[in-house]
Amino acid sequence: MYAQMIQSEATAEDPDKLAAFEARIAAGEKIEPKDWMPAGYRKTLIRQIGQHAHSEIVGQLPEGNWITRAPTLERKAILLAKVQDEAGHGLYLYCAAETLGVSRDELTEMLLDGRMKYSSIFNYPTLTWADMGAVGWLVDGAAIMNQVPLQRTSYGPYSRAMIRICKEESFHQRQGYDIMMKMAFGTPAQKRMAQDALNRFWYPALMMFGPSDKESVHSAQSMAWKIKMNTNDELRQKFVDETVPQAEYLGLTVPDPDLKWNEERGHYDFSEPDWSEFFDVLKGNGPCNADRMEARQQAWAEGQWVRDGLMAHARKRAARRVAAE
Amino acid sequence: MSSVNPGALPQSDEAQPKKRNEWPLWEVFIRGQHGMSHRHVGSLHAPDADMAIRNARDVYTRRNEGVSIWVVEARHIAASSPSDKGPLYEPSESKVYRHPTFYDIPDEAGHM
Ligand SMILES: [Fe+2]
Ligand SMILES: [Fe+2]
Repeated sequence: MYAQMIQSEATAEDPDKLAAFEARIAAGEKIEPKDWMPAGYRKTLIRQIGQHAHSEIVGQLPEGNWITRAPTLERKAILLAKVQDEAGHGLYLYCAAETLGVSRDELTEMLLDGRMKYSSIFNYPTLTWADMGAVGWLVDGAAIMNQVPLQRTSYGPYSRAMIRICKEESFHQRQGYDIMMKMAFGTPAQKRMAQDALNRFWYPALMMFGPSDKESVHSAQSMAWKIKMNTNDELRQKFVDETVPQAEYLGLTVPDPDLKWNEERGHYDFSEPDWSEFFDVLKGNGPCNADRMEARQQAWAEGQWVRDGLMAHARKRAARRVAAE
Repeated sequence: MSSVNPGALPQSDEAQPKKRNEWPLWEVFIRGQHGMSHRHVGSLHAPDADMAIRNARDVYTRRNEGVSIWVVEARHIAASSPSDKGPLYEPSESKVYRHPTFYDIPDEAGHM
């Protein structure tokens, strides 16, 4: 659902090759799998794309939680289609990461043993149906804000995956806002649920852009390599500016007493999320970290016999074909 | 979105510490509309060709993007290498006379 921006490492590289590589990026050329690239570029991409892929997959869990309890058959079909899209997004991204020399199963193992992370937003629970609205509207909304500029990222396979994903993402946000409209314009109790969902998801959504990158040198490297197209703060501001009028239309209150339009800047002023909470959730102490990892581990372990069985069947059939020839 | 890279097979994993029983990688080509060529859209893992086509249906055509699907195991694809770029394409660069604009045809001759 979203690319958490990751720091890159500078490495000692052949200066001529590096210069030629950076000139290609400056000229707007795409880097393709077999092209020469600095080790730091490859490593940063594997982590960023891998983490993005894991986020799409783990991101199915909070919404999957409501599929069987959707209020109507239509809402259920919509939510099912949305969650299926997220599985697809995960697959596009694993494929993009695989072009860099890491396998999908390897990436999965790294997620399961904690070497790789996924977006911290998915460690928050979805308590009511209104949360399906808030997740689509805010979480997919923030994801879109992150993903749209990444369509122009310098690595070809990543860029192409992002283009496919962005095409599908707009439906996600709109179906979420549609749920919010139904709730906000419904009974007083429904409106309270909508407000409560906004209250709980506002700051976690702001955290999705990552901490302020003003001081980060690594972030500058990723920007230079066009692995990252905007700073976290730019994207967060853009998200706030776009989302506040949408909340106003719903008649809901953004849970930030300091939120105010700043005429001079032409942007909203807003409160930063609690970054100590962000780092704590990232460390594994969010409300649902343990549940999410357990669900992924269980799915992987219980799917083992299916993966093995289908592989054995395919090998047997291939052997028979050879024998018949 | 794919590794058209016959050197790196998911199955040939000597370099990896633990042997994985990983499904092979398939490249997926889709004909978007009648009359168009198949186009590479990405890749996926599947145990065999039948499953690869089914998975391609689910992964790459959820919104009517295709009328026909081809899959081929990634290790069967041979690709030119980026360092060949110059020598491989050079012969066509010097042959300007292969383009219609090389020839000046007088207006009097009419449309050609
Ligand atoms: Fe997504
Ligand atoms: Fe989404």
